[in-house]
Amino acid sequence: MKITGAEALIKSLENENVEYIFGIPGGVLVDIHHHLCMSKKIKHILMRHEQVAAHAADGYARATGRVGVCMATSGPGATNLVTGIANAYMDSIPIVALTGQVKSPMIGTDAFQEADITGITLPVVKHSYLLKDPREIGRVIKEAFYIAGSGRPGPVLIDIPRDISLAEVDFKYPDSIDLPGYKPTVRGNPKQIKLAVKAIMASERPIVYAGGGVILSNAAKELTSLVRFLRVPVTTTLMGKGAFPETDDLSLGMLGMHGTAYANYAINESDLIIAIGARFDDRVTGNPEKFAVNAKVIHIDIDPAEIGKNVKVDVPIVGDAKQILSGLLVALKTEIKSSKHRPWGAWLTKVEAWKAKHPLFYKKDKVLRPQFIIEQIYALTKDTDHVITTGVGQNQMWAAQFYKTDTARDFLSSGGLGTMGYGMPAAIGAQFGRPKSLVVDIDGDGSFQMVSQDLATAAAHKLPIKICILNNMYLGMVRQWQELFYECRYAAVDLGPGMPDFVKLADAYGAKGIRVTKNEQVKPALEKAFKDPSTYVIEFCIDREECVFPMVAPGAEITDMMMEKPARRSR
Amino acid sequence: MKHIVSALVENKPGVLVRIAGLFSRRGFNIESLAVGPTEHPEVSRMTIVVDVADQPLEQVTKQLHKLINVIKLSELRMDESVQRELVMIKVKAPAAKRAEIIEIADIFRANIVDVSRDMIVLEVTGTESKIDAIENLLIPYGIIEFARTGKIALARGSKETEQ
Repeated sequence: MKITGAEALIKSLENENVEYIFGIPGGVLVDIHHHLCMSKKIKHILMRHEQVAAHAADGYARATGRVGVCMATSGPGATNLVTGIANAYMDSIPIVALTGQVKSPMIGTDAFQEADITGITLPVVKHSYLLKDPREIGRVIKEAFYIAGSGRPGPVLIDIPRDISLAEVDFKYPDSIDLPGYKPTVRGNPKQIKLAVKAIMASERPIVYAGGGVILSNAAKELTSLVRFLRVPVTTTLMGKGAFPETDDLSLGMLGMHGTAYANYAINESDLIIAIGARFDDRVTGNPEKFAVNAKVIHIDIDPAEIGKNVKVDVPIVGDAKQILSGLLVALKTEIKSSKHRPWGAWLTKVEAWKAKHPLFYKKDKVLRPQFIIEQIYALTKDTDHVITTGVGQNQMWAAQFYKTDTARDFLSSGGLGTMGYGMPAAIGAQFGRPKSLVVDIDGDGSFQMVSQDLATAAAHKLPIKICILNNMYLGMVRQWQELFYECRYAAVDLGPGMPDFVKLADAYGAKGIRVTKNEQVKPALEKAFKDPSTYVIEFCIDREECVFPMVAPGAEITDMMMEKPARRSR
Repeated sequence: MKHIVSALVENKPGVLVRIAGLFSRRGFNIESLAVGPTEHPEVSRMTIVVDVADQPLEQVTKQLHKLINVIKLSELRMDESVQRELVMIKVKAPAAKRAEIIEIADIFRANIVDVSRDMIVLEVTGTESKIDAIENLLIPYGIIEFARTGKIALARGSKETEQ
């Protein structure tokens, strides 16, 4: 029986068990929406901006481990997706982005709402397709979901010209995939695992450095077993938060530019770095010439292109973290049983001393400080099923430092691209994917204002997300750089003029809002908002000039940390 | 240092730009590029010559491997591969000079593919240095036009141009 391309597309997406498509319709999508609204399996969530649609698909994917889907029309709809696609690409998040395209014969003629979206997105997709034949629909959808979700995950874009949606086609969803150029290595080479065991046994000051890859491969359990067996310290990247419980004694929290001092000291003094699903980003290593100069490196990653990209690697193991970590644990158990193993007690003692000497701290006075607020959010949410999302900038770093994340897929943040505005869209996607979880967006006033129109989406679906705006009326991280490195010349960072009344804004969209100006109001306001089933905006009017510390100046050695404001500048 | 990258790729639209993009993103200039179908019509071979240091090139080849449309990829060492280029040279050839030019063509085993009253088109295949040599010899006669393919290459011996 013949069906239209649009129907074939919907059937294909149903075959991939898609629950939600985050998107905005448009001229060339009309035929697709005509059938999508009839689907019993897939719900279309109407957003107010396509960037938010892409971030929502991303947040859904991170929170659930499934492939997120977003859809936009040709031209401006598609170009608005680009930031969200790039964000997913940088953090290796599996999303499928569907874009409408003008009719095939009109492609390349500057037709109305035409944009070469496969061309524009080329450097920020794992793969992309421009459909040319309606008979390809099933195969392309199946490949796209497979490519997005397997190996090192990433975004896949499918551009669908309108004539493909309209064409009639004999449809059958394929049951196999043939991609001769795509065979990700999953199993780690046993020889390399042996070498890793040898390196670990020979080390005196080992440290585990875990990144987002651990979460992507669902290997948090395996990592935790390995670390607790070995009893070695663990530091994670921003993306790795949740890969290992941060409340565990062995956790050093996040490392890098705004990492804990003890994590930075420990990794720099280590003689073996066991890197898992992490990529030695510049925000982690600081000056790479001076980064952990005495350490050998075991690098476990599914992407061979990451091996040796930023640092020299002694023992590379290419493959899936989950499998490799289980293999490594088995091998280490055998090894440690048969040899006289000295545990790393002295090293742990040293690390403990750093922890005791240089804890994360902030001034505890009458001033409403963001760190205190995050501690309160933590206290109220840690024992419930929760998802934390963040904006980008100071709010994100405070959240990363003070929200102790114990479980994978519960802390969602834009790492690689650092996309302001990620917090609320990710919260929307996460809440759809995990309807029973308490979803809290820890956001900044600048970040939130980049996407605030989508309060409408949250309110329309009565999503109980909680948007906590740490409002310092500044683009705070840039202001911090200007304060610390540019003689306090605050240029283009003051958001005071034009600052909306966030409580009224929430009200205008049919959400609820509350403003907090004092320490003692924090807990009651959070309790009230968390109990309420509505979309809730909680505005915290925080100290305007609070900074994120520790801070490693860009390009400096990572142990060269500023712990507080230099005396002459403190106000 | 010059490197030859040989890739077997799916013969589909957009593949060339994906590959070129990985070079241009890092600011590498592609010195020559030759693409053509192989014995399997759905597969093309691309031979890319770039002039970069080893380490940054390794990053690019690893990224090239990751492209879904790239089936196989290898870097060919100059001494372990055979390389050829083809060039067509349109040179001024008045009656008085024609014999000299034909003599040069014979030495280089070049073919004369077109001739008219005052010019000859020569077709030469060979290594880069051979082509440079005949070009230099013909310059004094006056080269009117010149078209040179990129380098194509295969591994020597029975070894396949493997991953």
